[in-house]
Amino acid sequence: MSGSAILLQFLNGLAGASSLFLLAAGLSLIFGVTRIVNFAHGSLYMLGMYLAVWLSESVGFWPSALTAALAVAALGAAIEMSLLRRLYPVPELLQLLATFALVLIARDFALWAWGPEDLLGPRAPGLEDAVEIAGGRFPEYDLFLIVVGPLVLAALHLLLTRTRWGILVRAATQDRDMAGALGVNQKWLFTEVFALGALLAGLGGALSVPREPANLTIDLSVLSDAFVVVVVGGLGSIPGAFLAALLIAEVKAFAIGLGFSKATLVVEFIVMAAVLVLRPWGLLGREAAPLRGPAALEPPLALPSRNVLRALLALAAALALVPLLSRGYALVLLSDVLVFALFAVSLHFITGPGGMLSFGHAAYFGLGAYGAGLLLLRAGAPMEAALVLAPLAAGIGALAFGWFCVRLSGVYLAMLTLAFAQIVWSVAFQWDAFTGGSNGLIGVWPSAWLASRTAYYYLTLGACLAGIAILWRVLYSPFGYALRASRDSPLRAGAIGIDVRAQQWAAFTLAGLAAGIAGALYAFSKGSISPETLSVPRSVDALVMVLLGGIQTLTGPAWGAALFTWLQDSASREFDYWRAVLGAVILALVLALPGGVGGLLGGRSTR
Amino acid sequence: MLEIRRLRAGYGRATVLFDLDLVLNAGEVTVLLGRNGAGKSTTLKSVMGLVQPTSGEIVFEGKRIDSLAPYRIARLGLGYVPEERRIFTDLTVDQNLEVGRRPPRPDVPEWTADRVFSLFPHLAAARSRAAARLSGGEQKMLAISRTLMGNPSVLLLDEPSEGLAPLIVEHMARTIIELKRTGLAVLLCEQNLRFARRVADRAYVIETGQVRYGGTLAGLEADSTLRGGYLSI
Ligand SMILES: Nc1ncnc2c1ncn2[C@@H]1O[C@H](COP(=O)(O)OP(=O)(O)OP(=O)(O)O)[C@@H](O)[C@H]1O
Ligand SMILES: [Mg+2]
Repeated sequence: MSGSAILLQFLNGLAGASSLFLLAAGLSLIFGVTRIVNFAHGSLYMLGMYLAVWLSESVGFWPSALTAALAVAALGAAIEMSLLRRLYPVPELLQLLATFALVLIARDFALWAWGPEDLLGPRAPGLEDAVEIAGGRFPEYDLFLIVVGPLVLAALHLLLTRTRWGILVRAATQDRDMAGALGVNQKWLFTEVFALGALLAGLGGALSVPREPANLTIDLSVLSDAFVVVVVGGLGSIPGAFLAALLIAEVKAFAIGLGFSKATLVVEFIVMAAVLVLRPWGLLGREAAPLRGPAALEPPLALPSRNVLRALLALAAALALVPLLSRGYALVLLSDVLVFALFAVSLHFITGPGGMLSFGHAAYFGLGAYGAGLLLLRAGAPMEAALVLAPLAAGIGALAFGWFCVRLSGVYLAMLTLAFAQIVWSVAFQWDAFTGGSNGLIGVWPSAWLASRTAYYYLTLGACLAGIAILWRVLYSPFGYALRASRDSPLRAGAIGIDVRAQQWAAFTLAGLAAGIAGALYAFSKGSISPETLSVPRSVDALVMVLLGGIQTLTGPAWGAALFTWLQDSASREFDYWRAVLGAVILALVLALPGGVGGLLGGRSTR
Repeated sequence: MLEIRRLRAGYGRATVLFDLDLVLNAGEVTVLLGRNGAGKSTTLKSVMGLVQPTSGEIVFEGKRIDSLAPYRIARLGLGYVPEERRIFTDLTVDQNLEVGRRPPRPDVPEWTADRVFSLFPHLAAARSRAAARLSGGEQKMLAISRTLMGNPSVLLLDEPSEGLAPLIVEHMARTIIELKRTGLAVLLCEQNLRFARRVADRAYVIETGQVRYGGTLAGLEADSTLRGGYLSI
């Protein structure tokens, strides 16, 4: 690269950093005060983009960008008042799920309102040209963006240090209850902070319109970028978010500039890994006070009684008899149920007894599925070998990502799992030559002797029941007890000689392996694999299954998987906007039954 | 002006206060005495709404406050200074005072930063310093000052003398007496009987969440079983 090319690439990185910073700063502000990680933050950004494109047709770009940002801020305030206010006392997992429900609803709303095609926005009037810099041409609009980031940083700094409002926000960030005891009405403060965060997200989205088209998948991709930025910069630190946004955006720009555009995600991942190893709480972050775990007051998991075991055995026998009665669609549906039961049980293994919130478990399901497909199609392996080896790919993925994840806890861990899953998804989605890109892989069929519905059903039945039985058995082994001890009291577990991280890492890997088995079985049962197999919404499906069945029970996740699979099967044929319906159902569950579902989670309301 | 009737409160499933009764009169300094873990701090937190009472009543100036949110209770004129100080260490001294500032109230003279600094001259020199860099004693003074900025008519003061050097303890005692002269009613927790005797008009002795004695300090000192049994000094 020549000197001028380096300079241009550097400027390009600066321009990219601005939107990223706006997004991450809002996320950090909201988390600082409300202690809620807003998974819908990327959706606010996406809505900002769509609104700006849409409004620009009638009022022109600049007014449309401002209006879009304000509209998103108003929407943020409405969301805070109608939804988040009721979520503050519920356990973290439910908070995250509820904000994720908004992601589903927002995406289907955008699909309904603006259609599935990417929406190209206008250029910014007055800044359409490029200027000559060091012999190269650089867009004027990108220069403008470069200025926006530091301007917003300075404005936020002044707001937070020089105004009474900012001082109250910082006080509440440090000690909410004490601020309340001094007469600060947190209710409005929270709404205002959320609206400000939403404003920044909406503005970030609106300002990125001249650079890239509005599209339906941008919500999760910018969300995971923002998570990476926030994890690298330190959650709650605005200057940290700025630094990290610069770092990540520059790394991306140079990776693209050097011709590794496919490798940007990998490079981003390496940077994040390096920062986390050196500074686990981010560049400018501080060690977080231990966050309330997902299961602070969980009763011990009782050993299933003889009767329960007998009933389970009887159920297994009944499942084995099903092909005698029906060889039709019921078998297909039951196969799906079994696969998702194993998937849900493996997720429950780490979230329930393991105490680790994962929003990216589908990554391992998908690695198993893609592993099977790629071994069969690209490596020419026999189907049996592919089926056995593919879960190992998932296990290795879980081993690698798990190493980082177990270094964090609570929402940090949840953010990291989501970011990893998004990285895996992006690789599968973008690498056309190898993974088939957005089309995925087709022709992933089992060998002839397993090709009949009945034969494949028995394979699925055997493998899934064995997998579930092993995971359950492990919970009652010394390893399982040590795992639960590590969840309930990491300090005390450490003091009696349990290597907490090693336990969690092993659990994470084992769960990844089991999810990989489910994924590989799923691939061969469908004959094709799409990137959706490992998308973040798929991870959330699994969480919903676990919640439906009850996170505190052993067999609950399996029932939840059955119920969910059946509901999805019927509902997705009835409704075009099945995801939005699912989102609404999640919200209803969380809001209508905070005591119900929340009670299952051992939540306690605090003031 | 503040009355607690048959108050029951605790944390989670553990009850700490059992049918506690207590009265604080206007313009009076009342001290809660008792051993570690007796429930003194829990009493103050319950008044402030930071701990949710399970039963009983808390009445302030004729109004039930036991189900109000802490910020509403604060706005009625109750000021709370926690034992652990809980100052905002990320903020400067001035900014800490700003968090506590509330609009003036007709019945009490308004507190300003300058008036607070005349009470605690130590703080005046550190106005723009980060509160994290103050000494323990200064942090305690800041916690009191911050609460005073809300113009309270009742001050709930949790162990003001704890962990302070003798000279500062004396300063603290004089400050409390001074505050009382301005018309403030003070309910304070103490373990230091000498300090209590110096500042308080009346005393309650609390043991395992119940009142064992309520009356004058002289009466308390006359009762040797109380002195020996429930107090550290
Ligand atoms: N946040 C809390 N959660 C659970 N239990 C608590 C909590 N705070 C206090 N307790 C318990 O409540 C009881 C009363 O505590 P409290 O702080 O009111 O006592 P105290 O009289 O102020 O004692 P000290 O002199 O140590 O300050 C103690 O047994 C204590 O262990
Ligand atoms: Mg105490």
